[in-house]
Amino acid sequence: MHPAPPPIIRFDNLTLGYERHPAVHHLSGEIAAGALVAVIGPNGAGKSTLLKGVAGELRPIGGHVELAALPRGGLAYMPQRSEIDPSFPVSVFDVVAMGLWRELGAFGGLNRRQRQRVREALAAVGMEGFESRPIGSLSGGQLQRARFARLILQDAPLILLDEPFAAIDSRTVEDLIRLILGWHAEGRTILTVVHDFDQVRRHFPTCLLLAREPVAFGPTPQVLTDTLLARARRLSEAFDDHAPECHREERASPDEPDGRPPARADVVPLHRHRHAHGHGDDHGHAGHRH
Amino acid sequence: MVMAMITATPGTGTEAGGAGLHFATFKPVQTAVYDLLVSPFTDFAFMRRALAGCLALALGATPVGAFLMLRRMSLMGDAMSHAILPGAALGYLAFGLSLGAMTVGGIVAGLVVVLAAGVVTRASILKEDASLAAFYLLSLAAGVMIVSLRGRNLDLLHVLFGSVLALDDGSLLLIGGIATLTLFALALLFRPLALECFDPAFLRGVSRWSPVAHYGFLMLVVLNLVSGFHALGTLMAVGIMILPSAAARLWAHELPALLGLAVAFAAASGATGLLLSFHADVPAGPAIVLMCGLLYFASLLAAPGGLLAGRLPVRHHLES
Repeated sequence: MHPAPPPIIRFDNLTLGYERHPAVHHLSGEIAAGALVAVIGPNGAGKSTLLKGVAGELRPIGGHVELAALPRGGLAYMPQRSEIDPSFPVSVFDVVAMGLWRELGAFGGLNRRQRQRVREALAAVGMEGFESRPIGSLSGGQLQRARFARLILQDAPLILLDEPFAAIDSRTVEDLIRLILGWHAEGRTILTVVHDFDQVRRHFPTCLLLAREPVAFGPTPQVLTDTLLARARRLSEAFDDHAPECHREERASPDEPDGRPPARADVVPLHRHRHAHGHGDDHGHAGHRH
Repeated sequence: MVMAMITATPGTGTEAGGAGLHFATFKPVQTAVYDLLVSPFTDFAFMRRALAGCLALALGATPVGAFLMLRRMSLMGDAMSHAILPGAALGYLAFGLSLGAMTVGGIVAGLVVVLAAGVVTRASILKEDASLAAFYLLSLAAGVMIVSLRGRNLDLLHVLFGSVLALDDGSLLLIGGIATLTLFALALLFRPLALECFDPAFLRGVSRWSPVAHYGFLMLVVLNLVSGFHALGTLMAVGIMILPSAAARLWAHELPALLGLAVAFAAASGATGLLLSFHADVPAGPAIVLMCGLLYFASLLAAPGGLLAGRLPVRHHLES
């Protein structure tokens, strides 16, 4: 076994939600640097909420998310419903060039090399020649390609993609997946919400199956099983307005002898992460409370 | 202008004949145009002051209005102009018709409303329009109440409708100063502000500029509304901010072009509005705003993004 890469994200008994109702409930676990993780689960399972929590857009209502030290702007988050205003008078070139914010800041100008990189990013998503088109004239798929071109320039070590393939034709999806695999090969960490299990099986080595409760986290072939998927469907039911307060935190186990944080015990280790951590194998199921 | 040419030519054209005809008809037209467009400004100091005020407003307030429009806050400029009323009224109540007191009062009232609404928007589920509406309505109610405390509110017509033809040195300096400050601030905030309008989530992700751009911009709105109310009054100030911007949006595909065109439209409306007011003896503020409106409707008809573009016979399409 090769030495485990350090985790880039650590979920510590994380609960995220809206108005005290949990949408992601007691998630613990670690995501190794360089992992390519598909976040899957039925609608309303908390997938988008989880990405928002990691991106810092949503404050946890319990537990916490710890990120490894990243450079400023080292986390690129692409929300599902973009807040992009398509009627804004701006060209495709300028939109993609925004990805260089980390280098340019609020005042810097583009030099020739950077202009070239913007054009290369557009070429990488198959959008050469679109530089001067207004952003409002793009189709849904073209806009998504432009957003990916911007992501290329953001050059972030940690990338969160929320349903990047929703309502996109299959050719575009293939191109974008090729980009994502390229980022994976470059050693970036990528969390992507995906709905198409076929794509997940073919391209994503690791899976996090959510149904508000974490259901499973590990190598894809072991997560995408009929039993686990059926369980995920059963678990995601509607909010109960009169749900009693959850006191699970208080029952969480104290620190373990080897000094690992208690969160590890609460990992959903039905199947351990491929980059196993070299210890804790013997109590993989210890903290599992379902 | 056409009318003036018609009235000016016949009298002189009959006197001259032969070779002089061309020169003789040309010269009076030139004089008439001069009388119509230039001499009001060369002959009367108050017109020059008004023109200077209008051009300063065009340079400062109109770009701010363009960003208001791009942030889909066009109507909020209107709301904000009402929010300024209680401050100006309090200043008026305490110190009479004093430039300083009413300006400071207006700025303070505007900033309080803007910051309160901003905090509510960012920290609660209410959207910007709802939170701003709540605060500006309260502010307007307070303003009307304060105004009614003092029976004589004739002077307050000045606040509501401005006095662009009676700008004194103090007002002119204030308008010019605010325009200068606005240009510098917009130059500094340009990129974050454009991004805050276009893709706020992205800006929040890559930098800490989002709140700076948001609150900085709202302060610029308040400052320019206060500067606008001295010239055009609270009701008309929004006109010179939004109308030229909306007209320019119909033509421009990029932000710098949009801003430049909007400023040009506003400056042209200011000059022609003042001339209309001078020659037709109508109030200047409404004349300027109506000129902005004329440009807006002309753009609406002619521009590629306007009404007619979709209804004209289809031109032959391109190959790709």
